Amino acid sequence: MDESTDKVTQATAPVVSDAVSDSGLNAGRRKVLQGAAALAGTAGAQAITGFPMIWAQEIKDIELRHVGVSYSVVKAIGDQASKDLGFKVTMQNLDTSAAINRFVTQPNSVDIADVEGWQAKLATKRGVLQGIERKRIKEFDNILPIFTKGEINGKVVSRQGISPYEAMYIPKKDATDLHEEVTDWMTFLPQVYNADSIGYRPDLIKREITEWKELINPEFKGKAAILDVPAIGIMDAALCFESAGEIKYGNKGNMTKKEIDFTIGRLIELKKQGHFRATWTTFDQSVQLMAAGEVIIQSMWSPAVAAVRIKGIPCVYAPVNIKGPKEGYRGWCNGMALMRHLSGKKLEAAYEYLNWYLSGWQGGFVARYGYYSPVPTTAKKNLTPNEWDYWYEGKPAKDTILDPYGVPMEKAGAKRDGGSFIERVTNISCWNTLMDESVYMNKRWNDFKSA
Amino acid sequence: MAARANTLAWFYISPLVLVLVPFFVLPILVVVIASFMESDGFGGMIPHLTLANYAAVFGAELTLRLYASTMKFALLTWIFTLGIGFWIAYFLVFHVRNQLLAIGLFLLCTIPFWTSNIIRMISWIPLLGKNGLVNSSLMGVGLIHQPLEFLLFSDFAVVVAYVHQLTIFMIVPIFNAMARIDKRTIEAALDAGASRYEIMRYIVVPLSKNGIALGSIFVLSIVMGDFFVVKVMSGGGSASIVSALFEDIAVLQYPSAAAAAVVLLLAVVVMISLILRTVDVRKEIAR
Repeated sequence: MDESTDKVTQATAPVVSDAVSDSGLNAGRRKVLQGAAALAGTAGAQAITGFPMIWAQEIKDIELRHVGVSYSVVKAIGDQASKDLGFKVTMQNLDTSAAINRFVTQPNSVDIADVEGWQAKLATKRGVLQGIERKRIKEFDNILPIFTKGEINGKVVSRQGISPYEAMYIPKKDATDLHEEVTDWMTFLPQVYNADSIGYRPDLIKREITEWKELINPEFKGKAAILDVPAIGIMDAALCFESAGEIKYGNKGNMTKKEIDFTIGRLIELKKQGHFRATWTTFDQSVQLMAAGEVIIQSMWSPAVAAVRIKGIPCVYAPVNIKGPKEGYRGWCNGMALMRHLSGKKLEAAYEYLNWYLSGWQGGFVARYGYYSPVPTTAKKNLTPNEWDYWYEGKPAKDTILDPYGVPMEKAGAKRDGGSFIERVTNISCWNTLMDESVYMNKRWNDFKSA
Repeated sequence: MAARANTLAWFYISPLVLVLVPFFVLPILVVVIASFMESDGFGGMIPHLTLANYAAVFGAELTLRLYASTMKFALLTWIFTLGIGFWIAYFLVFHVRNQLLAIGLFLLCTIPFWTSNIIRMISWIPLLGKNGLVNSSLMGVGLIHQPLEFLLFSDFAVVVAYVHQLTIFMIVPIFNAMARIDKRTIEAALDAGASRYEIMRYIVVPLSKNGIALGSIFVLSIVMGDFFVVKVMSGGGSASIVSALFEDIAVLQYPSAAAAAVVLLLAVVVMISLILRTVDVRKEIAR
């Protein structure tokens, strides 16, 4: 880890002095940011704020437990935070359902809950979280409007499913109901997000895939797979059926019973025809299915496509740009929530940790496997110009692209599937969700599984 | 006097009570109570007694299908583990004359079980896959021209993984039961002119019955309560009773999951008590 940290540090220095050509930031703020980033870049215990000695003595024994899914709660990030902040951050991984169960049933065993929008809504309802005071988040004003206005680049971000914006704000510190529009209190602080679509083998499918309906194309019978996490899997399926023109949903992220019945009914039909070779539940399974040649097209996550490519097997992430009422990516966003039991110094430390997260190191780290930061301006300072252009601008790589651990993943000349950040996020057409009819939907999903 | 004996009896069983009550009885009680509560849809339970959760379990066709599918796996696994386990135990007890060698071979049977269940299951995947070892060798020899797809992500793969994982649970108790059979009984039967079949039918099988019963309890209850093997080896193509209730827990529907769990518990208890009716385990163990 130390090696790659050094690499980052070295790489960062020229960028910072380079007077970054950001858009949309006023000059004064830019200076402050650069200063902060330069400090962060020098990577040391005194980084970011340079706490007074007494504080440093007192926080030494604090331990924060950050709990969540493996693609969002990453040990290397926790290690770096511990190093920079002077207290201990422990990362613990659970799968999505185990995580939300733990937040709700054993809230005191967690300090920072890593939640998706729909989980934030649920945990807020349950009263296990405390509001995050907006004023104490230093980078709040630089957070993209996706999260503060529900729009990006002047375009309204889809509200099908539970968008992060929708689940982010509450009227009071201990409120249990969400509030539309920015307030002084937040349920969770977004830290990482992306747009999911389909992965396929270009050596075996010799044409470009840009529509979800290809996943249910009879041409790929017995060679397709779909995600088996009911809440998300059904949305991928819905995108397929909508793309094929079989149905038009009112809201894919909150289906009516009738829509659920139609979707499951079609899935069962496809299953009986032998269309699906398998379903997958974890990142690794999807990589294995593709790499072993079991399937040639499946709903997939962006870093999983990269993981297949690192094995030397060609794999493309389909750009499923919105076409009228059809297509689009399924977006997801994970963020950090403060558990209600946090108080005193531990709460102070938690705020320091949240602020550290948005200060850039983490944004640079996750960018190197294709995920985005809510504050790209700080992430940019932790990326080389080549990396920034490749991951955020969608430009061809001028040099080898390395993954967060320094392993070469793309050669010079490679271009990111799906294009630039703006192109990808403006084409998100629905968000990970928990439907009102989730109980019914789960029962019907089990019908599909046992059919 | 009687009261003192009673106190003493309680004292004797107190270690067991101290373990069973907090770690078994209380948790089950919690599950049973939860199964009669209402869900608020956000992971909370409303303490309002209702039978709706049970009505949902018994009213759904899905329940039937899940039980049918799980019973199918349980039955197939039971048949194969019993067949394989019985003959391995038989070989070790009656054909290996040297007792040291028999124990050595018995220990050899356990070696695969030194690695984790999950690794043993997952290692079947590269073997059975489309481009796996089995398919590529069969194609290499020219026996088939298309890879056999039923090998992986199928019911076949699930049963293979279960049999691989659970055969040891048959071998051990059957081996144990057979080892207690007095060899002189068999010699006497041979001298009296009994055939190999008759010896098997009238001596070996009846005297191994308790081992078979114990092994069956292990195998059946493990398969009934499992969902991971089904999930991975069927490629998500099959569901089981437990995988269905796990999906309920994933969306924090504790009451309905609890009701499904209680029904499963009762089903397994009924199954085990039926098995126990065929043998008097207590008598056999005391033998």
